[in-house]
Amino acid sequence: MPLLEFKQINHFFGGLQAVHNFNLTLESGELIGLIGPNGAGKTTIFNLMSGFYKPTQGDILFQENSITHLKPHQVTALGLARTFQNIRMWNSMTVLENLCISQHYRMGYSFMDAIFSTKTYHENEKAVVNLAMEILDILGLSSAANEYPKNLPYGLQRRVEIGRALTIKPSLLLLDEPAAGMNPSDIDKLIELIRWIRERFHLTIWLIEHQMKVVMSLCERLCVLDFGQIIAEGSPSDVKNNPRVISAYLGDEGADDAEN
Amino acid sequence: MRHYLSLILYLAVCLLIVVTFQQNWLNPYIQIVMMFIGINVMLSSSLNLINGYMGEFSCGHAGFMAVGAYAASLLNMGLFTTTSVFGHSIFIGPRYAVFLFPVTLIIAGVAAALVGLLVAIPSFKTRGDYLAIITLAVNYIVKSSIENIQVIGGARGFMGMRQVVTAMTDMIDIPWLMIWILAFIGISIVALKRFVGSTYGKGVIAIRDDEIAAEIMSVNTQRVKLIAFMLSSGIAGIAGGLFAHVLGYINPGTFTIMKSTEIMVMVYLGGMGSLSGSVMSAILFTVMLEFLRPLQLFKWVLIPLLLIVLMLFRPEGLMGNRELTDVFPRLRRLFSSREY
Repeated sequence: MPLLEFKQINHFFGGLQAVHNFNLTLESGELIGLIGPNGAGKTTIFNLMSGFYKPTQGDILFQENSITHLKPHQVTALGLARTFQNIRMWNSMTVLENLCISQHYRMGYSFMDAIFSTKTYHENEKAVVNLAMEILDILGLSSAANEYPKNLPYGLQRRVEIGRALTIKPSLLLLDEPAAGMNPSDIDKLIELIRWIRERFHLTIWLIEHQMKVVMSLCERLCVLDFGQIIAEGSPSDVKNNPRVISAYLGDEGADDAEN
Repeated sequence: MRHYLSLILYLAVCLLIVVTFQQNWLNPYIQIVMMFIGINVMLSSSLNLINGYMGEFSCGHAGFMAVGAYAASLLNMGLFTTTSVFGHSIFIGPRYAVFLFPVTLIIAGVAAALVGLLVAIPSFKTRGDYLAIITLAVNYIVKSSIENIQVIGGARGFMGMRQVVTAMTDMIDIPWLMIWILAFIGISIVALKRFVGSTYGKGVIAIRDDEIAAEIMSVNTQRVKLIAFMLSSGIAGIAGGLFAHVLGYINPGTFTIMKSTEIMVMVYLGGMGSLSGSVMSAILFTVMLEFLRPLQLFKWVLIPLLLIVLMLFRPEGLMGNRELTDVFPRLRRLFSSREY
């Protein structure tokens, strides 16, 4: 049973076709990469998946149910968590609070419970904080629990954002350029982290990345996007030598050079 | 014991105020000013939920206040007095006023919360300046509607709420209005505090910080906005109901953009996202207005000037984003943060 299925997705921004006949199937447990030049439509694909955009045509199935017309928070509730290209934490709240709020969808109480401070409220609140602390512990961030995310070093902020996605208890984790703006040693740590959380939480991970080091060492399958179209798919080494990929990245001359 | 310290302290202060009122130790003028302080505390702290915690710019708070004021007044006049605008159809006699007064206030709050939907629903799609214009429009819609309903006095307004208060004091002679003001301040502050203190309510702050992230990371932004707007306008409605009974006379001209601005000034003076700041600034601002009354027209030169000076030196307001317990950590040890 495929975990996620894109069926003939087309998406337009006005007259511009951002995604063109996109078909893709993700099996459970895969670690797949989505690469492509800037403006190829990678983030658009993620935004379509998380329900932020509605595809103009086509259907997206998650665990064989259509998620095309769900709101973003409903998609998330199904177990599809993501991080953002430019870190989007709630900066006026502490790391711990950030990780609590992301559990909003399974808050087992209504606002009336909060106002009357009922037993349900306290039990649920405790469970939420416990899970957040547990995730922070696992990621080695418990000392940062009461810090504000914006005060943390960049690498840690990324870690916190991944932690926030993990509080959703996802089955599919989308990482949008997790290594953007990182130095080489941070990148090594990140690669290790992604590998490790995949084992630890039995995740299917789909990542967008420009850093070839990350993509090549992590992904089992790559999907190359250019002008909203898949131009190549396969193992990293296949994709690396595919002339269409090279021409997409380097222009036609680059492809000629590679062939010669 | 320590758990309930703040509650006990609040009740003690309330008792003190009520006794002072009962014994007439203060002259009636000061009594009325104190009641206005109470009403302003409710108004500013409820607006703070929208303007401070949610980061929207709502400038039509007086509109919700008007709905509450008219709903409570009409209901009370109809139920408890013979000079009712609706004739005798719902008259049940003045002796029930004592018991049903808070109920009518809550109904007024619900009515205002429903009008709050007029702002809450557009807020799903738009925010920032555009939502500010919508709130302004709602303020005018409410005001103009009331102006044009002749049954309830139209632009002339209507009066007679004193009779309701008299009906209550005839039964038991204690300062009922102040008691209900104090009670509803307590209830609304606790409700707001608990709401924004809960993880559910922190969704409001998440919307302020990054709405896209909130929406994608599982916060049902529409529901959270709906609750926030309805809670805020509901409390404003209750405050309006009390306001009408303190004054004994209301007309639509009271609930214009000027009144909304006054409430907004209190919020920004106290600091956005700080409930204790709102309470403090409501007290400070109301008292300041009264102290500067001898200056007559020059009051309106001096007060804006003070505001400008404040914004120059403390643009984040008196308390900024912090609560009193953040400024004086010693207080936190005394008051467990969960209660009040």
